[in-house]
Amino acid sequence: AQMSLATPDFSGLDFEHVYEPAEDSFLLLDALEAETASIKELGPKVCVEIGSGSGVVITAAAQLIGPDCTFLATDINPRACQATQHTAQQNGVAVQTFNCDLASGLLASDFCGKVDILLFNPPYVVTPPEEVGVDGIMAAWAGGKDGREVTDRLLPDIPRLLSPRGRAYLLALKENLLPGTAGELASAIPGFRATTIAERRAGAERLSILRFDRIV
Amino acid sequence: RSCRPRMMRLLTHNMLTSHVKGVKNGYPLILRVGELVVQEVEFNPDFIVRMLPRLDWPALVQTANSIGRPEIPAIPATVPEQPESNEEFLRAAHTLLLEVHIKEGEMECPESHKVFPIRNGIPNMLLEEEES
Repeated sequence: AQMSLATPDFSGLDFEHVYEPAEDSFLLLDALEAETASIKELGPKVCVEIGSGSGVVITAAAQLIGPDCTFLATDINPRACQATQHTAQQNGVAVQTFNCDLASGLLASDFCGKVDILLFNPPYVVTPPEEVGVDGIMAAWAGGKDGREVTDRLLPDIPRLLSPRGRAYLLALKENLLPGTAGELASAIPGFRATTIAERRAGAERLSILRFDRIV
Repeated sequence: RSCRPRMMRLLTHNMLTSHVKGVKNGYPLILRVGELVVQEVEFNPDFIVRMLPRLDWPALVQTANSIGRPEIPAIPATVPEQPESNEEFLRAAHTLLLEVHIKEGEMECPESHKVFPIRNGIPNMLLEEEES
């Protein structure tokens, strides 16, 4: 296969405090690579990653899409914001990082927003609910009940964040996909459909990447 | 490879809002600049033209005028007709949106007056539990 997307250099990060890129991150990178033609055709101007952690995904997106787009990244963990800046800089791309909970600092419209591409690799590990949203690195994986608590907080905001032709790429664990799979997650967002664009088994986890598009 | 530090651009400021609980009009955030750096970025008029519809232009003008520094180029109150053929305008917008970087400063919610600090180029938009 033709490689258009090398994994960004993420050396020099402190993985005691920031989520280290793993199979889930790499599956998202592979999915983006597979979407190259479709993303180029979209011609995105604003690309946002929610919970960017090490910054490896938004950096790869910036390398793939090129400088005719603005790249924003959020993370609730301030050390992850610094790590994202570090990785972007180390790979020579411009990513604007800010410290917030999900997309909460981002301007959204009741009708449709400004974001052409939204990337989200949520904390999806099934954990006790009280572990969700705590400080530091645990925020990177603790997904609470069914591993869905954090994802379910973002889903309702997707229509207000995405531009008319905008789309979201979301990582989900098989365990998060209740009966109906992609459709079940998509049904949380009126006016959108979800398509599974990549799947991979990583140890005991069955990971998939869903793409959400507006139904036109 | 670039080793330049990445800092907050006014383009980013234009997309940020206050989300303090109960706030109806948290936009635009009042920007107070501590350290401002101008970093040259390759001029890409096409990018500016395509970004214009995504911008809240009055908010950008208001913010630019409030900074009051010589590095800030003058921009018109409204986007001129046929901006794509107005290079002077595009260059000013380019400098303002992409070259002016805020390293240190703060942003204030116009309604609740909650202050969001910018440290080392990273805005902190986190809220206390009772504010969210």
